Amino acid sequence: MERFIQVIVDGWATGSLYGALAVAVVLIYRSTGIVNFAQGELAMFSTFIAWGLLQAGLPLGLALAGTLAISLAGGMLIERVIIRPVEGGEVLTLVIVTLGLYILVNSLAGWIWGFGNRSFPSLFGDGSFDVGGVQFSVESVGIVAVLIAVVGVLFAIFQRTKVGLAMRAVSLNPDSSRLVGISVGRTLMIGWGIAAAVGALAGALIAPRLFLDVNFMGGVLIYSFAAATLGGFDSPLGAVLGGWIIGIAENLAGTYIDFIGADLKILVPLVAILVVLLFRPTGLFGSAEVARA
Amino acid sequence: MSLLEVSDLEAGYGPVTVLRKISFSVDEGRIVTVLGPNGAGKTTTLRAISGMVRRSGTIRFDGKDVSGHTPEKMARQSVAHVPEGRGTFTGLTVEENLRVGAFPRRDKAAVSEDMQRCFGHFPRLEERRDQHAGSLSGGEQQMLAIGRALMLRPRLMLLDEPSLGLAPKLTRELFAILEKIAREEGVTLLLVEQNANLVLQFADDAHVLESGRIVMSGTAKEIQADEGVRRSYLGL
Repeated sequence: MERFIQVIVDGWATGSLYGALAVAVVLIYRSTGIVNFAQGELAMFSTFIAWGLLQAGLPLGLALAGTLAISLAGGMLIERVIIRPVEGGEVLTLVIVTLGLYILVNSLAGWIWGFGNRSFPSLFGDGSFDVGGVQFSVESVGIVAVLIAVVGVLFAIFQRTKVGLAMRAVSLNPDSSRLVGISVGRTLMIGWGIAAAVGALAGALIAPRLFLDVNFMGGVLIYSFAAATLGGFDSPLGAVLGGWIIGIAENLAGTYIDFIGADLKILVPLVAILVVLLFRPTGLFGSAEVARA
Repeated sequence: MSLLEVSDLEAGYGPVTVLRKISFSVDEGRIVTVLGPNGAGKTTTLRAISGMVRRSGTIRFDGKDVSGHTPEKMARQSVAHVPEGRGTFTGLTVEENLRVGAFPRRDKAAVSEDMQRCFGHFPRLEERRDQHAGSLSGGEQQMLAIGRALMLRPRLMLLDEPSLGLAPKLTRELFAILEKIAREEGVTLLLVEQNANLVLQFADDAHVLESGRIVMSGTAKEIQADEGVRRSYLGL
């Protein structure tokens, strides 16, 4: 029984990491309708910036704060320069542009920082504690706490601030938003900026568990897409819960289903995506449009 | 004095030109209507004023040249546009729809007052303030669209077929409220309508649009009395 709970607890922490990146993906999708395939690479790039700031001698907290600020600005810049010209275009165009961005960011990082791997320090140290025979690492608890805090802050921004109201309005009806005086372009820029900052945080949480290299987010992105799909793709809270379900399911499957083991764990997100799309395309929390003709 | 002056306005979509050099003006404090059959360019006229379509010519609002203004800039000049289809933010609550209408404003206290005033005009909206706007009936959504426009504290309100899809009784009620808003709050109204009979009863001035050209302008009474207009548009 203790082993079972341990597997769930560990999966929960891993799932929080998927959820963190999924939140970034969802933020852009719900405001612009774009599935940003480059989200993981942007997070990777941000993590390298954090690593660079650490190398320059900044303390971890300051390096992280600096990285979030740079990512926010970078996300806004990318929206303005690369996405704006194709916004509102064909889905295929948008997919190709974000795939192009994926390759661009990946290559740029390789060119700047090389393809070797580096270790990235944990934000929470490596302590752990024991509750009834189940080991909790401080890092896992920290990851879950940070993720919950992120969703709380996003919720506050969306529900309680004017900018959040504008972001929701733009995602629902861009034409009508302009008629009430909202600058749609500026609002979308802010959305990309926030998503990039959330992605940066995800990168900084994930990097200590893997090694930091230019491809370290590639695998995570698949899990995040599964989490986002499960959560309905337009709900940050859904993305988090989706991440938790995927993380726990992955760990349980890897531990208890013999033929899956560590090698075939990647099947879990893929099966999850397939099942959700087949049987419940709006996910667990996706908003089916409430409308009355 | 003219609040809005449109001269030689051409407008259209892509290669298609809908408006062919129309000129007209709207005097401050008046209720002005643009009449015309389907496809005459009524909606395009409003969309051109708001900067939502390709256009050329001159548009002056309150003496200032606003010909190149984007829709968001027009809104900040206190020109409120109630678009075709009502422009409801279906996923927001009724209250949020109203709040978003006041987006350019910084005067929080006055915004709350205006929301109360909206609820005064449309008590139905107050009953449903926490409901998702997508669940409202067509008539309620039209009230919400007008309420949202009022939240801007507009000097000029552009209304695109407010009667569309509403029962006759509801339409009359809505027009009575619009008239009250215009007379009591001094908001100038420019509305396009197909329902000429009804709108001429409460408008001050009217312009008749046909195939992208203004074929007649005058007071509502003159237009109503005109034999040609009566035959073509009023079905009398």
